[in-house]
Amino acid sequence: MLGKLTLAAIPYQNPIVMGAVVFMALAVIAVFGGITLFGKWRYLWTEWLTSVDHKKIGAMYLILAGVMLLRGFADAVMMRAQQALAYGGHPGYLPPEHFDQVFSAHGTIMIFFMAMPFMIGLMNCVVPLQIGARDVAFPFLNSLSLWLTVAGAMLVNLSLAVGNFARTGWLAYPPLSELHFSPGVGVDYYIWALQISGIGTTLSGVNFIATILKMRAPGMTLMRMPVFTWTALCTNILIVAAFPVLTVSLALLTLDRYLGMHFFTNGLGGDPMMYINLIWIWGHPEVYILVLPAFGIFSEIIATFSGKRLFGYTSMVFATMAIALLSFLVWLHHFFTMGSGADVNAFFGITTMVIAVPTGAKIFNWLFTMYRGRVRFDSPVLWTIGFMVTFVIGGMSGVLLAVPPADFVLHNSLFLVAHFHNVIIGGVVFGAMAGLTYWFPKVFGFRLDERLGKAAFWCWLVGFYVAFMPLYVLGLMGATRRMDHYDNPAWQPLFVVAAIGAGIIFCGIVLQLAQVVVSLAQRERARDLTGDPWGGRTLEWATSSPPPAYNFARIPVVRDRDAFWDMKQRGVEMKANVYRPIHMPRNTGTGFVMAVFLGLAAFAMIWHIWWLAIGGAAAATVALIRHAFDDDRDFYVEAEEVRRTETLRGRAQLRSV
Amino acid sequence: MMDRPARRRIARLLPLPAALLLSGCQWAVLDPKGPVGLQERSIILTATVLMLIVVVPVIALILGFAWRYRASNEKAEYRPDWSHSGRIEAVVWLIPCTIIAALGVITWRSSHSLDPYRPLTSRVKPIRIDAVALDWKWLFIYPDQQVATVNEVAFPANVPVEFHITSATVMNAFFIPQLGSQIYAMAGMQTQLHLLASEPGTYQGLSSNYSGDGFSGMTFEAIAEPSRQGFDAWLAKVRASRQTLGARDYMRLARPSESHPVTYYSQVQADLFADIVAGRLQEPTGRLVAHTAAHRQVDGPTAAMGGMSGMSGMPVTRSN
Repeated sequence: MLGKLTLAAIPYQNPIVMGAVVFMALAVIAVFGGITLFGKWRYLWTEWLTSVDHKKIGAMYLILAGVMLLRGFADAVMMRAQQALAYGGHPGYLPPEHFDQVFSAHGTIMIFFMAMPFMIGLMNCVVPLQIGARDVAFPFLNSLSLWLTVAGAMLVNLSLAVGNFARTGWLAYPPLSELHFSPGVGVDYYIWALQISGIGTTLSGVNFIATILKMRAPGMTLMRMPVFTWTALCTNILIVAAFPVLTVSLALLTLDRYLGMHFFTNGLGGDPMMYINLIWIWGHPEVYILVLPAFGIFSEIIATFSGKRLFGYTSMVFATMAIALLSFLVWLHHFFTMGSGADVNAFFGITTMVIAVPTGAKIFNWLFTMYRGRVRFDSPVLWTIGFMVTFVIGGMSGVLLAVPPADFVLHNSLFLVAHFHNVIIGGVVFGAMAGLTYWFPKVFGFRLDERLGKAAFWCWLVGFYVAFMPLYVLGLMGATRRMDHYDNPAWQPLFVVAAIGAGIIFCGIVLQLAQVVVSLAQRERARDLTGDPWGGRTLEWATSSPPPAYNFARIPVVRDRDAFWDMKQRGVEMKANVYRPIHMPRNTGTGFVMAVFLGLAAFAMIWHIWWLAIGGAAAATVALIRHAFDDDRDFYVEAEEVRRTETLRGRAQLRSV
Repeated sequence: MMDRPARRRIARLLPLPAALLLSGCQWAVLDPKGPVGLQERSIILTATVLMLIVVVPVIALILGFAWRYRASNEKAEYRPDWSHSGRIEAVVWLIPCTIIAALGVITWRSSHSLDPYRPLTSRVKPIRIDAVALDWKWLFIYPDQQVATVNEVAFPANVPVEFHITSATVMNAFFIPQLGSQIYAMAGMQTQLHLLASEPGTYQGLSSNYSGDGFSGMTFEAIAEPSRQGFDAWLAKVRASRQTLGARDYMRLARPSESHPVTYYSQVQADLFADIVAGRLQEPTGRLVAHTAAHRQVDGPTAAMGGMSGMSGMPVTRSN
């Protein structure tokens, strides 16, 4: 009846895990209790869970990313603590089978459920506004994408309480991830969480490509698009091209595990190397899927806060396209040590290095955007400058690793770990934080507390260097990654320093949480009534903060790259004299309902509860078909209501002047 | 332009930080004891210096521009619409292109000269050693001497060693940091690695690719004997062992174990390595049973599931 699921699946005898489970349960109870207490269930359902408004979906992605950041960071702290302790005879406090889950979960969560939702969330919040659209091309699909991602994240969290997570590293290399070597449910949690959220991501990719290509405001040619929109376009093209490869690789691994097939097993014709090629054909573009939007964010911020046009827009666009293209030609550099031969290694080494050319050009372009500008050091700019310095260092260690003989001694080492954290924290995380601070007033209508924000930035920056510079050194000292204990006395002091660095980053995260709480409490004082708190240049700043559901009462006409800046220069008012009814999509709960059923089906697949798996998938299909026959999907915002909203906004604007 | 003596002085200063780094014997990768590692270190240092030529000025410019053009500095020039300069663009693309071109040449050449499959040039005949990654230890077979060891490998210094590497389990990577290159150990395949120790000594070896719970203890010692005589003495020690390695003993050895003690086998079944590569020596139950038994106390629910998992009737456990 319940497949492999028994009460024994709950790790009640493991105090650390149970502590986390209890904490999670308390958090869930607190949230549910709060909603019930304040009678907000209906509000939650009608305004959020069923919403197809891209701004609300974006906000929910950001909340998911924040929650998962805490979870992934807790894993990081556990690892740092273990490695600071587990030297010589001391086993540390985590047994290997727990430590191995921790680093696997850390990587999986940070990439799939922190960085991805963060970037997709920011794209949701900003892209339609930047191109002067009222929503994305497929609003229902957007809601479905969100809830599928949430379902995947919930499965990963559930693995903590029911069963266990993969002990295979974040990419689940076979044959280790095959049933023979990983007989538990851990890898199955990994597979199904990624499958479900991966499908959500692919749908997002389709959605944003269509939105950007088809829904731009009149006058916005491709070469007038804001750079963030350009990077979003390239990212979503990468998503559509790369994520199906992930889906197929995981599906083949699923067939191996569930039906005894032999795609990647050691014997009977299986070929684990094939999986490693496939997963990196997805995995390397994935790196750029994360970092390209960050590049876009920095471009917007550096131009805005320098009070100046972005230097070298055209070369920026070409650099982005070049990076997107090249990202598919470098995957083999993740396994130079597989013995592919000198020609193959040299080819992939050189293609990898070539990526440094457009990336370097970008750095120079940001540099020359500040040149002859008036740089204001608000916290988004601090993140940007912190990024530029840090990313250059990370890029340097990356190019070094791209030289195969250098990789032969640095691969799999903590040098590698330091490198990719250097580019992912220095690039993606700093970019996400910069973007969050920059666009927060647009999405929520009030600014984040600047003092706490700056303090958080300094903690992150200093913490990053203290945590990861020792890992570079450890790598050169021959320390490999994923060790739960070691015997070399020279390593321990550096591991202790790294743990202190993690502690400093933790202070940064605490300050950020405080920043959200404080800003929320003081939101009346920090309200943005102008809609343009930073002296913005692009269209998202032309509407109110937060924008009305329809974004723009009248779709703006674009005459320049920095469309809003141009309007401000020419003194063009965004107001309309005559208001027309606005055509908008109606909310629907189908996305949420489908994600719940598919999440259930995935859970059932993990535990071999076949009837529930079939039932869940069938129910989701029925919900989809029902939605397909539902013709009542749109409505008009009455002209009178638009007029009322816009008049109120005009008054607020006047008051703020 | 710098005058000559000044340049020479700088040239003399350059190795200083490197020398500081290299003091002490803990710098495995930067303190190599063989030609492969030495060349790899020199590539690392050359590439780093080449990149620093750009990276240092760029970082200085980032901080310099940010400070010079800060909003409060009214004296600095402000040109809000200046956003293009063909000359700057050309330079900006050319600088990274030049550096990458130089690194590209280094990459192409060194990938070929340091290909791990390429035999080292030496007048001495190489020693052949077959290495097998097991759960979680290394088995070394000396095909010419017909002996085998676990978690200890020895060879004379200044004699090339030709490793043939495979795995009888999941993927691992064979790595002796102070001697140079690592390479993956994969089941059903053999990879090759040519190394040479130019100084006698004992070097730490490890698996650098995560392979499961016992991975951290999968270390071994690589002993570079000062002379042939020293190596022969070590061989004599191995040959004095009472243990031998036949197919049955191998199967027992292949069962999962953690931090396995150093073991010598005075005799080894002929073609054992070839049989392992061909997958002819698989224990049908594999890790599934032994693993769960080893961890019952800490791994309750997993162990319970491990026993139940796998749909009955499926050949999953024999698939390896």
